[in-house]
Amino acid sequence: MIGAAVFLPILFFLLVAVLFPFAVGSDRMILSRTGSGVLWVAALLASLLPIDRLVTPDIENGFFDHYAARNISEEWIAVARIIAHWLSFAVPLMVALLPASMLLSLDWSVFWKSEAGFLLATPGLAALGVMIAALTARVKAGSALTALLLLPLAVPLLIFGCGAVDGHQPGAFLLLAASSLFLLAVAPFVIGAALRVGQEG
Amino acid sequence: MITGANGIGKSSLLRLLAGFLKPFLGQIERLGRLAFADEALALDRHMSLQQALAYWAALDGFSGAEKDAMRIMALDKLAESPVRLLSTGQRKRAVLARLLASRAAIWLLDEPANGLDKASIMALLRMIEKHRDKGGVVLAVSHQGLDMADYATLSLEDFRSKNNHQSVFFDFDDESAAF
Repeated sequence: MIGAAVFLPILFFLLVAVLFPFAVGSDRMILSRTGSGVLWVAALLASLLPIDRLVTPDIENGFFDHYAARNISEEWIAVARIIAHWLSFAVPLMVALLPASMLLSLDWSVFWKSEAGFLLATPGLAALGVMIAALTARVKAGSALTALLLLPLAVPLLIFGCGAVDGHQPGAFLLLAASSLFLLAVAPFVIGAALRVGQEG
Repeated sequence: MITGANGIGKSSLLRLLAGFLKPFLGQIERLGRLAFADEALALDRHMSLQQALAYWAALDGFSGAEKDAMRIMALDKLAESPVRLLSTGQRKRAVLARLLASRAAIWLLDEPANGLDKASIMALLRMIEKHRDKGGVVLAVSHQGLDMADYATLSLEDFRSKNNHQSVFFDFDDESAAF
């Protein structure tokens, strides 16, 4: 994923932060009370945007055949894809969190907690994104399926992420990290299997 | 060279030998590194041709090999051109340049002459000849066949009618006797 396409999820994320005050008004109390939750939902929805470009173009272009011919395991390719996706999606998202937090009048403490939450959640979200991309790569109307698969699976990240920022759920940061680690541990094997099945197909 | 009509299973046979497909029966043992060239470009469209080929050459452990390969395939003048701007014939030559740069012993070619002009087909034949002389193995499938009178050629239709589900042994030490 290169060029302007890298910035689409970030623009979407910032756009939500810009539009939300128009919808609920400029009351700083309301914005700071609801803002962090809105940013988590926006991040989740933004993560859907690059999924179509994560695996499908490379399958169509024959890249995975050439990796297989070189005996490079699909699981290692999956790990590389997750890291690349995290770098191109999550890092800019964490940078964009600052202006988005300012637009929603979030306190500094909420901003830093959100930043820490994003740091913990986005590796899992990246793993989930590549996993769904690999599973739906050869499915017609895969983009519609993508949202239906990704959003429910990302619910634990959303609940624990928002809980960690609110501070009402003790241990939410740990549960967020655990959910993210679980997805990171499982994803390479799921992606590897999906790529192999796709190749035989 | 394996020839045969469309849809008879030439490409599937090649993908089987490459290890992309698993055989229902028996096993395939590869005694050497292989390189595969088919219709798929497998080059990053946004990179320059040299960068895109260098990626695979580096993965194969032969950084810099892409320069010689590009020269042999007459692509050196296009080194800085983005892959997305290459014509069909230039793309095909780029695929063959990747094959050369891989320095693999076994070449699996799926319709290697498709999209090539006469001069490029001659270059391809010289390339195959040279690879064979060095002890390499080339297995090509084509619906038309290449003009390679001195190459062992197998018609998949004939083979199927004579060898119904029999075992086949590819003797890569003596490729002229393989079929």
